[in-house]
Amino acid sequence: MLQAGNLEEAGSVSGDVRRELATLKVEEDIIRRAGIVCFEGEMNIAMYSQGGRIILLVADDRVELLFSDRGPGIPDIELARTPGYSTAPDWAREMGFGAGMGIPNMERQSDRMEVRSRLDGGTVIRAMFQRGKG
Amino acid sequence: MTVAEVSEHLSLEVLAEGDLNAPVRSGYCSDLLSDVLAHAGGGDVWITHQRHMNVVAVAKLREVAAVVIVHGASPNEQVVERARSEGVSLLMSDENAFQVAGKLYQLLGG
Repeated sequence: MLQAGNLEEAGSVSGDVRRELATLKVEEDIIRRAGIVCFEGEMNIAMYSQGGRIILLVADDRVELLFSDRGPGIPDIELARTPGYSTAPDWAREMGFGAGMGIPNMERQSDRMEVRSRLDGGTVIRAMFQRGKG
Repeated sequence: MTVAEVSEHLSLEVLAEGDLNAPVRSGYCSDLLSDVLAHAGGGDVWITHQRHMNVVAVAKLREVAAVVIVHGASPNEQVVERARSEGVSLLMSDENAFQVAGKLYQLLGG
């Protein structure tokens, strides 16, 4: 479980994910990309939601990261995917977040990504990494 | 050129020792964490004003050769501890980002 508003500790899940993937001997390239996607995802949960969870799935053919949170939801997903668009609060921007690159980065680093959101409910993001591409 | 050599030429203070023999490929100057995650390369020296815990996570994720925190702003002890335990080289300069980046650029031959 991830807590809201705690950015200092939020970076730790991506480290756990990387270690877990390395133990399972997943391809280096996927470990690197999944680490970045996880970091951006956990920061989003910490910054915008009231808390959430991240589930890591490792199969022979793919790795998946599932982010789900309780929170305000994303009113306009297309807008949120636009590079440079951000609703981050000032305190987060001062820490170097809120550049409007989080969701674009997640999409770029994953092989497939789905975003589903319900207003005043929460957001679910599923990022997939295809294994065995060499 | 290694991190140790860069550190010596630029008179940096070593706060946390990662692999000081790691080769330095280039540099990247940014305070936006997502920008670093998207564009910094492995083996870069990352020059930044940020000095909170997430810097260590980003440095590790991007596999930069070292982080240089500029303008003599020291991170707190927990950040330095985390950098040590994660094997991230955390360096500090009294100079500003322009000066550090300029010197590094010259040192690496442009």
